[in-house]
Amino acid sequence: MQFAIEDRGTYTEVVATGRLNMVSAPTLRATVDEAVGAGSRHIVVNLAATEFMDSSGLGALIGCLKVARQAGGDLRIACVQKQVQMVLELTNMNRVLAPYGTVEEAFARD
Amino acid sequence: MSVFWVRLLVVLTVILGVNYIAWRWLESLNWDAWWIAVPLVAAETYSLIDVALFGLTVWRLKRRTPPEPPVGATVDVFITTYNEPIDMVLKTAEAAKRITYPHETWILDDGSRPELQEGAEKLGVGYITRGPEWANRPRHAKAGNLNNALMMTSGEFMLILDTDQVPDPRILDRTLGYFNNRRVSLVQTPQYFVNVPEDDPLGSQAPLFYGPIQQGKDGWNAAFFCGSNAILRREALMQLGLAGYVEEVERAVTAALKSARAAVRRARKSAEAANPLVTRLLDDVDRAVDAARAEQAAGAPLAEVTYRVRRSVDNAVQQMVAADMSAMEADLAEIAAMDLGSEPGVAVPDNLDIAVQQLSDRAWSPLGALESVQAVLDAISVDRDDEAQPVMPLATISVTEDMATSMRMHAMGWQSVYHHEILAYGLAPEDLKTMLTQRLRWAQGTIQVLLRENPLAKKGMSLVQRLMYFATMWSYLSGFAAVVYFAAPIIYLTLGILPVTSISFDFFIRFLPFMIVNQLLFAVVGRGVSTWRGQQYSLALFPTWIKACTTAARNVWFGRPLGFAVTPKARQDGGPSWSLIRPQLIVMVLLAVAAIVGTIRLATGLNEPLGTFVNVVWVVFDLIVLSVLIKAVKYEGYVTEERNADAVRD
Repeated sequence: MQFAIEDRGTYTEVVATGRLNMVSAPTLRATVDEAVGAGSRHIVVNLAATEFMDSSGLGALIGCLKVARQAGGDLRIACVQKQVQMVLELTNMNRVLAPYGTVEEAFARD
Repeated sequence: MSVFWVRLLVVLTVILGVNYIAWRWLESLNWDAWWIAVPLVAAETYSLIDVALFGLTVWRLKRRTPPEPPVGATVDVFITTYNEPIDMVLKTAEAAKRITYPHETWILDDGSRPELQEGAEKLGVGYITRGPEWANRPRHAKAGNLNNALMMTSGEFMLILDTDQVPDPRILDRTLGYFNNRRVSLVQTPQYFVNVPEDDPLGSQAPLFYGPIQQGKDGWNAAFFCGSNAILRREALMQLGLAGYVEEVERAVTAALKSARAAVRRARKSAEAANPLVTRLLDDVDRAVDAARAEQAAGAPLAEVTYRVRRSVDNAVQQMVAADMSAMEADLAEIAAMDLGSEPGVAVPDNLDIAVQQLSDRAWSPLGALESVQAVLDAISVDRDDEAQPVMPLATISVTEDMATSMRMHAMGWQSVYHHEILAYGLAPEDLKTMLTQRLRWAQGTIQVLLRENPLAKKGMSLVQRLMYFATMWSYLSGFAAVVYFAAPIIYLTLGILPVTSISFDFFIRFLPFMIVNQLLFAVVGRGVSTWRGQQYSLALFPTWIKACTTAARNVWFGRPLGFAVTPKARQDGGPSWSLIRPQLIVMVLLAVAAIVGTIRLATGLNEPLGTFVNVVWVVFDLIVLSVLIKAVKYEGYVTEERNADAVRD
């Protein structure tokens, strides 16, 4: 799994590519920690290229949300694939982390 | 011919043969030309062993009269088909329906052809194809087709027919009686072909095999299953399938537990192992696998051992997922505490248990991150997930499932019967190409069985039973000997190099009596049927036999594909295809040239007269042997007018 950070002006995009699982989850936390530490408080995690997520991956996303909120910002997710959507629905996490259709939409109304 | 005379000839052949070969090894080898001398004496030794095994085969020739068939036995008649013409299948099915003994007829269509299904329904016979469980799993060709049908039918006995084998209505009446003996699991009848002219250019009929050889094997309780025209006892097949299943599961679980350990060890060395969660999971897997190995060693049932491994790993995974979930809840609670009212608040799953369970499921489990570990854990099971059916009654270790199946039945103590009466009328290939494909397939299958389950090492069979199976396998090695038999006279005639120290009185006095008695034995045992075609083809098809050995060895030892093809039943069109026998044509040209060169060398005094004479005779013999192929290439298929009543003989 790979993570790329892109500064989009009003927010920061984290592009996650591959499988978000037990092995890659810590890297996601570290990546978001780093972005928030560098001053980006609004994060969009782009999951278009994330084909799979397990409970650790989901835990990492919630952990990242907490980090962003603690910094006074927010974390949103966009472009989820089918399996990720199913995990979100199954755990009701879609009520906390509602996926946006595109990265641009995520903070469009703020 | 009485048993006494056959046995006398066998004893004489072996004594004279040993006398000749011993002299060849000890006294006659020309070590200066060891590169041809040793191969030649090895080839001759091969042939002597072949003859000796033949002698053992016919030692107890058994001729049987069938007992009365039992009343009320249940029988399924299976017609196996893959891509043969629909008309041919239905014609056989119609004949099968007319079999007088009460039975059910089934068409086993591996081609899943709707037109054939329709035809079967119209005819009022059963129609079976593979179910969805076979998708993406090994199909095992004809053995798989029959195994599939075995699970969907219930007759005590089954008659197996190839698509082109039209049964005689009496076939069951004449054979079922043998099953009154509770230990008999197989009755094989001859395979006879109606579309073969008197001179049999393609060597389709096998009068020696479906005659003295099978009768001889029968005498030793070692008659083979030959794939068609045979009746099998379901109970024996099922027992075979179950024994095979237990063996396979035992082997697979032992191997899987071993490789699970190795996989965990490798995973610990990988970069992922830096993650404490991964380490903890690996510890859990390790503990479960160790416990299973201890239980297996203590003799616990495999179903329980494998179930417990799976359950402990599942538990570990579930605990991990539950830990993730509670960490999430804690995070969410913190988030909610941070900004009261601004967000929808904490969303706990409606049913946490179900969520945990689903996230622990194989497809979504965190263990999926350690693919190699998950794969070996999957293999620790008793359900043989890699196969469509856990229980495979017909052996699947070879492309010719028949020989392997009957060998396993013999090893389990079952008896077999060869009933020497033509009760089905088949169609032989009518062109050389198809015939070569078929022979290659048989030879490959036989060699596969030899390499996978060497009969000499097979527990449960008597020594002679083992030798009977081995004899047939041994005869398929003739290609290598043939090359030497073609090369030796060419080498002498063109280069003047003799593999023996001298061709003299010593040679003739030992060789000729052996050769004469040997041929006499064949003539007596063959009782007038021509065995000459068979002798010709066992040498003339040397490229096919060698290819069979090399491809089967590569397949068994290195897992390479055989390049397997189903034998087409319809004639392949086109003119004579000389390219099919290119190696043999080259050998024939070399032999002819060698004879001419040898004569010139004789005239110029370079070769000696006796050596030249013997080798020219040898060349002529080789050419006569190979000449059968010229006839075979030019053969244009069977012409119906040639059919006559005499062709069908017992």
